[in-house]
Amino acid sequence: MYDIQNYYQAGDVEDAVRTLHKNPEAVLISGGSDVLIKIREGKLAGCSLVSINGIPELQSISREDDGTIVIGAGATFAGIAGNEIIRRYIPMLGHAVDQAGGPQLRNVGTIGGNICNGATSADSAPGLFALNAVLVLKGADGIRELPIRQFYTGPGRTVRAHDELLTEIRITRENYHEYGGHYIKYGKRNAMEIATLSCACMVRLTKQKDGVEDMRLAYGVAAPTPIRCSTVEQQAKGMKIGHGLYEMVGQGVLKEINPRSSWRASREFRLLLAEELAKRVLKQAIRYAGGEANA
Amino acid sequence: MLKIIQMTVNGKNVELAVDDRESLLDMLRNRLGLTSVKKGCEVGECGACTVLVDGKTVDSCIYLAMWAQGRHIMTVEGLKEANGELSPIQQAFVDEAAVQCGFCTPGLIMTAVELAGTGKKYSREELRRLISGHLCRCTGYENILNAVEQAIEGNSCI
Repeated sequence: MYDIQNYYQAGDVEDAVRTLHKNPEAVLISGGSDVLIKIREGKLAGCSLVSINGIPELQSISREDDGTIVIGAGATFAGIAGNEIIRRYIPMLGHAVDQAGGPQLRNVGTIGGNICNGATSADSAPGLFALNAVLVLKGADGIRELPIRQFYTGPGRTVRAHDELLTEIRITRENYHEYGGHYIKYGKRNAMEIATLSCACMVRLTKQKDGVEDMRLAYGVAAPTPIRCSTVEQQAKGMKIGHGLYEMVGQGVLKEINPRSSWRASREFRLLLAEELAKRVLKQAIRYAGGEANA
Repeated sequence: MLKIIQMTVNGKNVELAVDDRESLLDMLRNRLGLTSVKKGCEVGECGACTVLVDGKTVDSCIYLAMWAQGRHIMTVEGLKEANGELSPIQQAFVDEAAVQCGFCTPGLIMTAVELAGTGKKYSREELRRLISGHLCRCTGYENILNAVEQAIEGNSCI
């Protein structure tokens, strides 16, 4: 038996918001692959749960007429990785969520939970940062939308109010159309692993495919929250593909990130990884964007 | 608190009073006696408790029994042929000597059932990745891979 005080299965989003509002101590549970483990470990022992598991309106993945891709917060990692819309328009994100845990975990873990638990190591986070994703939060006072860059406030902390629910993640067309993207996760094992460092990149090339028109680069575990490297992104714009670009990016990111030493890896090792991953992820993104990355 | 849920388990309709603090793993083992479902790490890392929920592999230790409401659950007990013989997937594990202590076997068989059910062909590298949610403490992975390969041999689509 799990050490759970009370359990309530919400029928829909409004029901979940109402119940959270009435129960200031209750914990929201979606796929369960984080919350149930925290209960097992004793960190959340004796908590009251409000479950949004299986609510159909949270699970859909769709593309609107203007090209905006809408991912329900309850969509599972496996559901996203295998989804036709994701595979066609933003394969980088499908690849990223396919790195989380193992196959069984990916069948239950949800992208909303991955974001809302506030972990800098979330496999979906760097990709969503690089895609300029917008989060839709539904609360007792209504709906608000905010860019994912404004969502995290610290390790395990986000701006989500207790009685707010992340309902969908929106990615507009101008943020993926004609871009190539890639995600690299570094972990000590190939599976069932939490990222030591992770890096996502989206890049759009010039018409001749020899220069960078726009680039977005994001890291997980390189700071207390997932982060973007805005200065490097600005500097990369207009640069020709080649050694100079890779060196600028590889060196530049080191001034923008602030990894820590943990039992998983030292700060020094993470800095080494950051430089190398930035170069590799950029080269692969360039290839996916139709460019020649070995130039 | 006990609540009544309805589901199918190994093809049979089941109506059961379950505690809302109970994992699917505990429900299957303790209330239904389906002890092929093994309790290993209890934190979703070892894969010993893997069952199919609506055809997809799930670690039943980190899945609340309540969530089984209306769903189709399958365990190794549901695999045997009508005449009581082993299913071809179970037989593959026997043929390839993929069973040592046996603790990881039921979970791996359920993953093999899921993979066989897709009808797709998989390379050995893909299979390594697809069974990565299981730990074999005897480290008999080569034979397990051989068995999974044999189990999905009939798959034809790409």
